[in-house]
Amino acid sequence: MKRESLYGRVAIRGAGALSVACAALAASAPQALAQEAAGRIDAGDTAWMISATGLVLMMTIPGLALFYCGMVRKKNVLATMAQSFACTALCSLLWFAIGYSLSFVGDGAALGTLQQLFLHRSTMAAVSPFAPTIPELVFMAYQMAFAIITVALVAGSVADRMRFSAFLWFAAGWLIFVYVPVAHWVWGGGFLARAGILDFAGGTVVHLNAGIAGLVAAYVVGKRHGYGTDNFAPYDLSLAVIGTGLLWVGWLGFNGGSALGANARAAFAIAATHLAACAGALTWMFLEWWTRGKPSVLGMITGAVAGLGTITPASGFVLPWQGVVIGVIAGAVCFWACTWLKLKAGYDDSLDVFGVHGVGGATGTLLTGVFAVAVLSANPESPAGAAGLLEGNARQLLIQLYGVVVVLVWSGVLTYVLLKVIAFLLPLRVTRQHEIEGLDLTQHGEALQ
Amino acid sequence: MKLVIAIIKPFKLEEVRDALVAVGVQGMTASEVKGYGRQKGHTEIYRGAEYAVNFLPKIRIEVAVPSERVGAVVDAIITSAKTGQIGDGKIFVTTIDEAVRIRTGETDVDAL
Repeated sequence: MKRESLYGRVAIRGAGALSVACAALAASAPQALAQEAAGRIDAGDTAWMISATGLVLMMTIPGLALFYCGMVRKKNVLATMAQSFACTALCSLLWFAIGYSLSFVGDGAALGTLQQLFLHRSTMAAVSPFAPTIPELVFMAYQMAFAIITVALVAGSVADRMRFSAFLWFAAGWLIFVYVPVAHWVWGGGFLARAGILDFAGGTVVHLNAGIAGLVAAYVVGKRHGYGTDNFAPYDLSLAVIGTGLLWVGWLGFNGGSALGANARAAFAIAATHLAACAGALTWMFLEWWTRGKPSVLGMITGAVAGLGTITPASGFVLPWQGVVIGVIAGAVCFWACTWLKLKAGYDDSLDVFGVHGVGGATGTLLTGVFAVAVLSANPESPAGAAGLLEGNARQLLIQLYGVVVVLVWSGVLTYVLLKVIAFLLPLRVTRQHEIEGLDLTQHGEALQ
Repeated sequence: MKLVIAIIKPFKLEEVRDALVAVGVQGMTASEVKGYGRQKGHTEIYRGAEYAVNFLPKIRIEVAVPSERVGAVVDAIITSAKTGQIGDGKIFVTTIDEAVRIRTGETDVDAL
């Protein structure tokens, strides 16, 4: 996704597409946009983006569902899967109803418009100005899959104790009040996009956003009963390994698809993404081997996810070798956050949403400002491209920091307020007795035998 | 009649079974159990969180034999289940008051 400016991605396609998009932006009615764009839809881009949409959806169901459920205790496996699954259904409908329109239709500084509520203006020829070579509904569905996984990620921090009903309210509210604005600011032409933030596939929008929300939720909902004394060993890490594999493969669509076309930039993003995952996995593995004596499977898969999350904002802006460096840094920083910071700070983030995604997302967003290679994002519209600190553009790092702080504060404060409002209406967590019995049985009436 | 109960390491089950078959034992019951002795448990670490696992997985074998065969059976288990490391397990022998084969109604030694 060409996300540092509204026009940049368009310009890559050449003057023809540029004029289309400019006309589209000038036109006030989406119908005019659709007519102008007719005939410009590119089969190759569309085929790749449909595939990428499937890959990103696969990251949540079953990727994240398996990754998360394998790390909880046997009595909470189904409840943890239910969070990812229900999140997919609920957030998709909300995205269709209002989320897409507020995020990606209209280029206000703070929020989009209500012109595409319920996608009622969709036509066969409609395209989004952000992706003028693919049908608008493909772009909508691709972004929908991002919204789904971001909300589902947050659930990991409150696994084992949050009431399912309270989680549904939270998921709906968080999508609308936290995810949608941030997506618009960074990717939908909002004020962070105008400030020049570089976030290729979601270091701020997805990972930092979910990570901070997870941290706040862990504090508001409170620690699990028995935290620090009882044995919380995972039920079945083999499920988590399978889930990680699905996440990893899906991530090629997550980052590669963010080029919004079948092109060389997608290839660069995929190369950096895969290499960062490898470097993250090995870094965590060796650090754990060195400090704890054994290279755990959980450590390897966590390191891979840390590498993937951290490379996400940088993936379309860096060279393959820089992906390796970012992966090594990701493995080390997230290892520190999960094994030292969490224990020192004393919060109970069940599945380390903050330690992996929050810390990784912030680190990756800042590293994008360090490593960005201008030639990768150069295009006729902005021939200079976006350079980072290593190419002499120190200002980019400040812009990245600005973006991190804005998302951190917005997500942190709004998550807190939202949870407090929900807590006013119904309990956020299950009773202690139900927590001990397990959420599978008490929340869903089912259990693994 | 005696009941021999052996708690062994799970991966030794097949070796113990073969050894018992070799000394003429015709049937046995095995179950997956958890327990600990002097070995105590072990520590597991998940992303820096350490958990003490007190109960270790073991296999419990039960074999009912005529009294005069107890020595051979116990020796067979000892030979086949031994690794020399802590946690090899234990063998208990108790007396059986009655035994019945459900299908035929045979009793005591005939039922074994």
